[in-house]
Amino acid sequence: MDSSPWVRRALRAVVVVYLVLLVGWPVSLVVRGAFADGLETFQRALTDPSVVFALQLTAAVAVQVVLINTVFGVGISMLVVRYDFPGKALLNALLDLPLSVSPIVVGLSLVLVYGKNGWFGGALEDSGFQVIFAPPGIVLATAFVCLPLVIREVVPVLTELGTDEELAATSLGASWFQTFRRITLPAIKWAVVYGVVLTLARALGEFGAVKVVSGNFEGRTQTSTLLVEQRYQDFEQGTAYAVAFLLASVSVACIVAVTFLRSDDAAGPRTRRTAPRTAAPTEADA
Amino acid sequence: MTSTLAERPGRAARERGPAPAASRPRRARRTPNGPYRLTAASGLGLGVALVWFSALALIPLVAVLVETSVGGWPAFVAAVTQPQTAAALTLTVTQALAVTAVNVVMGTLIAWVLVRDRFPGKRLLEVLIDIPFALPTIVAGLVLLALYGPSGPLGIDVANTRAAVFLAFLFVTLPFVVRSVQPVLAELDRDVEEAAASLGATRSTTFRRVILPALAPAITAGAALSFARAISEYGALVLLSGNLPMRTEVGSVRILSYLENGQPEQAAAVASMLLLVSLLVIATIQLLQRRVARRG
Repeated sequence: MDSSPWVRRALRAVVVVYLVLLVGWPVSLVVRGAFADGLETFQRALTDPSVVFALQLTAAVAVQVVLINTVFGVGISMLVVRYDFPGKALLNALLDLPLSVSPIVVGLSLVLVYGKNGWFGGALEDSGFQVIFAPPGIVLATAFVCLPLVIREVVPVLTELGTDEELAATSLGASWFQTFRRITLPAIKWAVVYGVVLTLARALGEFGAVKVVSGNFEGRTQTSTLLVEQRYQDFEQGTAYAVAFLLASVSVACIVAVTFLRSDDAAGPRTRRTAPRTAAPTEADA
Repeated sequence: MTSTLAERPGRAARERGPAPAASRPRRARRTPNGPYRLTAASGLGLGVALVWFSALALIPLVAVLVETSVGGWPAFVAAVTQPQTAAALTLTVTQALAVTAVNVVMGTLIAWVLVRDRFPGKRLLEVLIDIPFALPTIVAGLVLLALYGPSGPLGIDVANTRAAVFLAFLFVTLPFVVRSVQPVLAELDRDVEEAAASLGATRSTTFRRVILPALAPAITAGAALSFARAISEYGALVLLSGNLPMRTEVGSVRILSYLENGQPEQAAAVASMLLLVSLLVIATIQLLQRRVARRG
């Protein structure tokens, strides 16, 4: 359907205006706000102990969540793709669930189980292990929210890979671990990298679930996103903008990196596959 | 994984695997030695994984349902029909539906322009579409306040109004329809459109009878995702909407205030209600999609 140049230009203009008004312009204002006084705002923010603590806490939580979710994600992907067991279809559906649950509901659900009056929370606190209103709760909430990200990257690649090479390795005497390290891991390497990067971006930015479980105690359980909210409401917009800019630049860099890596991925097979299709009519004509 | 969650770009392309796997000859990849039975070691692994998954997600979600059912049906009805809660739920659902409708139109249009048009700066637009995915939600709220808040350069101030809720939803759900329609549109065979045109179909007929039915499943999937995301949103509107009771308060804010006031049963009831609405709307959208596909 070739639209006329005028229609084409009009559609292009509508899309550009829409995206600039909704995303481009507002984002540029915050970037400008962060640099309004040059680098001074950043210097002031980064000497504030609460800000430093919040950034460190966010980084620590993100690293822990990435580690936990990568191990769990790769492990469960291998099990779901390679093995048959009762309830597999149900497990598959459940693994995607965290993506469609509201962050606030995630927080609520964790409080109901691990809170002081929760199912396990009382017993855990009696044995000296506080989950809710403490860092472990923040890690749990973030891990919950990010749970499917690694799995959804790894499962399609593992399915595609098949078992031929793994079987060959095993038949030649490789141990389970050797097969995994030399055959499986190199093949799923990029999927794992994508999953890790997406998890990292999401973990740095989690807000709702963390707000519910952390208690938001400045200098103890206040993560960077919670600090942004509090400082904005306390009319310290400079600090809020500076921390927001730091968080956003890391997250956006992660997502942009994945997008570009992936479009390079897709370019190869797609051009190859369309080639025969355009050739087909000429053969038919002849 | 389920097909309804085709959230990230290029899923079709991804399913063929990254470069190293795809560059190998494309022989038939049947797995002759299909899924194995569990061995002792893998069974143990599965057990550990399930324990962790249950502790992290399943038991807590069950706890929400159990907490909802503690007071029985009357308590649930009382909780969700309490005027302030009912107002919050109505606002959430109506704004989410409105945003989904806008996304269906604008998302398809954006995907169309990105796939069929060529112009300098297109790559930049691609990045703009991914930004709402990437931005922490609280930063998204901050970003919207910068242009549409009290000190915005346009002189439009939506802070603390219902328009703020709409705007926040619109921002965070922007990528869903675009990213699910884009790969399908790129794979669409243009021969069929040319055939339709050569048989005398007008542009609008071609669009309605040829293109739209092919895109319908992708649009539906994107619409379902953007609705589900909108009704569960919290971070992006917490600074923007002011959370005024009866006016700009949404469902997730209501859950949080119930929890903070020590009323976990009511919080769980609202949470279950949100989950229920989400399931209903996704099922309805899928039904509609099937009807559109059949008519095409």
